[in-house]
Amino acid sequence: MDLSAISPTLLVASLMVASTPILLASIGELVVEKSGVLNLGVEGMMITGAICGFAAAVLTGSPMIGFVCAALGGATISLVFAVLTQYFLSNQVATGLALTLFGLGLSAMLGQSYVGIKPPTTYKLDLPLISDVPILGPILFSHDFTVYAALALVLGVWWFLKYTRRGLILRAVGESHDAAHALGYKVVRVRVLAIMFGGACAGLGGAALSLVRVPQWTEGMTAGSGWIALAIVVFASWKPERILLGAYLFGGVAVLQLNLQAAGVSIPVEYLSMSPYLITIIVLVAMSANRAKSALNAPAALGRVFHASR
Amino acid sequence: MKLRSILVGAALALTAASGSLAEKTKVGFVYVGPVGDGGWTYEHDQARKAVVAAFGDKVETMYVESVPEGPDSERVMTDMALKGADLIFTTSFGYMDPTINVAAKFPNVKFEHATGYKMADNVSIYSARFYEGRAVQGHIAGHMTKSNIVGYIGSFPIPEVIRGINAAYIHAKDVNPDVQFKIIWAYTWFDPTKEADAAKVLIEQGADVVLQHTDSTAPQAAAQAAGNVITFGQASDMSEYGPKPRVSSIIDNWAPYYIARTQAVMDGTWASTSTWDGIGAGMVGIGEITSAVPADVKASAEALLARLRDGSYHAFTGPVNKQDGSAWLARGETADDGTLLGMGFYVQGIDSEMPN
Amino acid sequence: MLRVEKRPSPSKTWGYLAPILAVIATMIGGGMMFALLGKDPFEAIRIIFYDPLFSEFAWYYRPQLLIKGAPLILIAIGLSMGFRAGVWNIGAEGQYIIGALFGAGFALAVYPTESVFIFPSMIILGALGGFLWAMIPAILKTKFGTNEILVSLMLVYVAEQLLASMSLGLMKNPEGFGFPGSRNLQQYASAHNAELWIGSGVHMGVVFGLIAVIFAYVMLARHQLGFHIRLTGESPKAARFAGVNPNRLIIFCLGSSGALAGLAGLFEIAGPSGQVNIDFNVGYGFTAIIVAFLGRLNPFGIMLAGLLMALTYIGGEIAQSSLGLPSAAIQAFQGMLLFFLLAVDLLTNFKIKWAKTEIIV
Repeated sequence: MDLSAISPTLLVASLMVASTPILLASIGELVVEKSGVLNLGVEGMMITGAICGFAAAVLTGSPMIGFVCAALGGATISLVFAVLTQYFLSNQVATGLALTLFGLGLSAMLGQSYVGIKPPTTYKLDLPLISDVPILGPILFSHDFTVYAALALVLGVWWFLKYTRRGLILRAVGESHDAAHALGYKVVRVRVLAIMFGGACAGLGGAALSLVRVPQWTEGMTAGSGWIALAIVVFASWKPERILLGAYLFGGVAVLQLNLQAAGVSIPVEYLSMSPYLITIIVLVAMSANRAKSALNAPAALGRVFHASR
Repeated sequence: MKLRSILVGAALALTAASGSLAEKTKVGFVYVGPVGDGGWTYEHDQARKAVVAAFGDKVETMYVESVPEGPDSERVMTDMALKGADLIFTTSFGYMDPTINVAAKFPNVKFEHATGYKMADNVSIYSARFYEGRAVQGHIAGHMTKSNIVGYIGSFPIPEVIRGINAAYIHAKDVNPDVQFKIIWAYTWFDPTKEADAAKVLIEQGADVVLQHTDSTAPQAAAQAAGNVITFGQASDMSEYGPKPRVSSIIDNWAPYYIARTQAVMDGTWASTSTWDGIGAGMVGIGEITSAVPADVKASAEALLARLRDGSYHAFTGPVNKQDGSAWLARGETADDGTLLGMGFYVQGIDSEMPN
Repeated sequence: MLRVEKRPSPSKTWGYLAPILAVIATMIGGGMMFALLGKDPFEAIRIIFYDPLFSEFAWYYRPQLLIKGAPLILIAIGLSMGFRAGVWNIGAEGQYIIGALFGAGFALAVYPTESVFIFPSMIILGALGGFLWAMIPAILKTKFGTNEILVSLMLVYVAEQLLASMSLGLMKNPEGFGFPGSRNLQQYASAHNAELWIGSGVHMGVVFGLIAVIFAYVMLARHQLGFHIRLTGESPKAARFAGVNPNRLIIFCLGSSGALAGLAGLFEIAGPSGQVNIDFNVGYGFTAIIVAFLGRLNPFGIMLAGLLMALTYIGGEIAQSSLGLPSAAIQAFQGMLLFFLLAVDLLTNFKIKWAKTEIIV
């Protein structure tokens, strides 16, 4: 056992990288859920984004185009969910699960000719001197751009929901679609846009996996990240700033577990791996035990079907 | 109930018999992963293609990929047998009991189960002595490491993987007494994300050689991004990461075996056998040692390879003690296959605890 | 402009026609996909839908439909009652695992004792395991109002880690050469959930599935509890006036669905699967959610939906080995079928009309 082998600085830096895909997917899902829609198809949208981004980056040689296509791919497949749940009024839980199944199949078919190919390298921040500053350099100034983009997106969503009129409308739709409808807001349009935003974010998260973190394409490579993103939204009690905390917790436990193993500490891997889920449940309970507070967080209309009767 | 079972058995046997009347030899393959995994299943499918290439019109192959271990695999095998398969390769340890079950119902169909230990009159088992390749990797790793830290990504703590770790460690230590192994169990055979993270962690903790016993190329990519780290391809050559970080590789080469077994079925000479072949028989291939390895190291590695190939040297030759210091192999003694098959201990010097 | 209007009560005609329409649409969409992959679409569709039922080897596939469909139906029946009452158990996969672990754990503990009491005890423990695992979200929901969708979902991952821990540790086969996985219960006569008639595919899980379907039907149609469930789903306020205790209903719905999922897990691990292993769960708990909705939460509908899902699995495998279709294509095909089935549901519950005034749906 040699705990001194674990560098806290590198640990923080690598957990930031490891958390980025789930951070992107969960901030998107947060917006979707804030609008009152529960989309369980995050995994399917992520993996679709992963292959769209990878294929586009390989074909054009540009990671940037790859990320754009990943967002488009994620948004496109989420549109299936949007149309079914918003226009065909299908059940959101079942449709989300079907979306995951479909996305996994579709991505594997699209990706058949991309196995074993290396993608172009994504730009990584490397400022002379600044990136070499001890502690702060590795943590703040030496990542690829997805890390910064994800952080910016969290900030953007926080600002959007808190300070903009459109953000207010989105929250109103999620709280009570009937009231929002009565006030003349276009409930369905708001939700479709929110779902597509969620799809685009999940797609970006998938591309962050296939283009940066791994980087390669393999079938089923998201391996459950989409489900973790769902857990993080709950853990964060639907607050954007806490999404960051949740993503870093989940990513952190994964990285810490590996670090402890490498340092020769004998740990029960399974029990450490289940801990973030247990913590999420505890957070949920703590939140709901205090009802006055939780009423402000969980969107009241979450998962309910909206049909304008007039 | 007995009578009924005999009747059903007879019906099954009849169907199978009528299937084998066809002039083409039908060979089925059951895969645990997608053929595009770039590792384990990919190599089995390459071998299937080699069978097609070798026999042309005389064979017909069929395969089903991503078959979960358990009742689904049993159904897939039965389906193949019903369609008249003469020979079925089941390519994952978890297919062991299903293979035995289905084989009992189809006495005229031959089965080949990879990496298991249960046999029957119509079930052969086969596996490869990958640890021989690990010995060569350990040798190169011991020479090449400057930090004296070698990282090892294991899948599950099972004999197959533990053998590999021990073989690599013994041969790394032979050439570099200061070498230290850091081991991470990924608890998966194939999860690129986890494997990439594991490789990064090992590199952060000072490893400049990363060995992997998981099947994706993600650790290779992580090593490449880190710069001065070397790796070895696993299951397939992974030559796209050469000449560095990938300096050599262990290649699962099932083609000669699959061709030989298919030939045996055609000739009517097939018999239930237990095969555990290594470098000598060509089942374990060693990928080209690249220019990133100094010439003298390459030469000594190739000398070791040659001795393993012609059988003059066994990868587990004493003196070797167990981790707790108790004696295992005396000087000159070589390990018996029984101990190797059930290996559940580290050798002396590995500074890590076995999980569970 | 198309306008959608809610029907006063779901249309019977469309209830029967819509699924047929969806299957036809999927055949067209899927056929196009198969054609793009360079396979004969007609042959592919025939193999998936027709061969398992009527081909030369149908005598083998038909029983397999029962084996594959039974766990789906058993779980979906339990879930459907909760879904009707607005209690969302998404974690059946976890309850399925825990039920299996309880029952198999007992069998492995008493191995190799042979006794007629072992299998019945396992059945009880399997149901109990699933029940207890479902009680976690149920109690948290009734005590603290915690969202049961999320808690039950989180518990799936906890259960998966427990399964991994058990198959690598406590329940590992001591004679298994260090490989993960327990002893095979198929080789332990007292614990084996064998086929009742060899080659029929009918094991105790199938029998329990059928009983569950009938029981659920009778309860929903005749019993007061069934009435309460339906009432709560349609109008929670009215239910409260009618004297329904919402907490008791939550406990009942989650508990019974957990117990049924646990039973499904137990029958699977003691029978077709046989072993506690890392990959024991193959997603029945999630697929059952889809099955419940495809069956329109109606017990007999669920039975048909479960068999239809089983058909696409088995037909899909046959298509893989005989046509060389990639498994991904089968997955996408199943996804497509679900999308269409969910979409046509609209026709059952809503009327579509041409509207002159512009009212946006």
